[in-house]
Amino acid sequence: MMENDKAIEALTDIRSMMERSSKFISLSGLTGVFAGIFALAGAAAAYFYSAKSFGPDCIVDHIQAGLKTDVLTFYCVDALLVLTLSVGFGIWLSARKSRKTGQSVLDKTAVRMLVNLAVPLLTGGIFCFALLWHGIIGLVAPAMLIFYGLSLINASKYTIGDTRYLGYMEVILGLICCFFMGYGLLFWAIGFGIFHIAYGLFMYYTLEK
Amino acid sequence: MKNITAGFNKVFESKIRLGIMSSLYVNESLDFSRLKELLDVTDGNLASHVHALEEAGYVFVNKQFIGRKPNTSYTITRNGRKAFQEHIQVLENIIKNL
Repeated sequence: MMENDKAIEALTDIRSMMERSSKFISLSGLTGVFAGIFALAGAAAAYFYSAKSFGPDCIVDHIQAGLKTDVLTFYCVDALLVLTLSVGFGIWLSARKSRKTGQSVLDKTAVRMLVNLAVPLLTGGIFCFALLWHGIIGLVAPAMLIFYGLSLINASKYTIGDTRYLGYMEVILGLICCFFMGYGLLFWAIGFGIFHIAYGLFMYYTLEK
Repeated sequence: MKNITAGFNKVFESKIRLGIMSSLYVNESLDFSRLKELLDVTDGNLASHVHALEEAGYVFVNKQFIGRKPNTSYTITRNGRKAFQEHIQVLENIIKNL
């Protein structure tokens, strides 16, 4: 009996040390929930702004709306605001959680994870900028989803939980979105809003509760 | 009946050594300060345990200079990997045989 307890304890220690030394465990599921809420708010703001000048059907045809400079500017500012708030909250929550777990926020694993996340993400960001530059508005939302999904898959080696599957889902959603031009805002709200909230809650309740 | 604790590796009896092996098992290599941070132990304590693992041939020590600062990093050896796997297997057998 004693021996059994010892064996269990040793195996638990081994497992936790393997995770602690190779994975970024400080990312909280709540980060996903907040990011999702900001994304939904941002999508709603974008919808109502274009609805003002194009009527309620603009959700189906926001490509037309996006061609107007003021609407496009609003979309860009809106998206950047969502990004800033999400990342800001993510950093704040991670710092808070790492204080609890005793892992330093920016240790080597965290840096490795961020580099793996940033390379495809920045590529995607520049690619989206190029799409805007050439006026191919309809492909911006799917490109964002696809590159974000690829970034998650790439970074998932260094995270606990099922980040990889969130990545796959974003990529699939983005690919579907490519064939439904005009519904970009709707897909964007699902991918960055609903998926984040669902995944964040799932992660929070399975890993942190 | 075969003794289930046969093959239980004495070298891994210490918690700190187990921690060193676990983290080296999943990382290409780790340097001294990173190991110290992960295990939350003193310099002397870590050094002596790492030395024991080195003696056993489970850990490879790599000393080099990064700029002017000396840097010591550790890698798990093939033997170490094998011995650690066997040790985990023994632990699992203990649980299964209850």
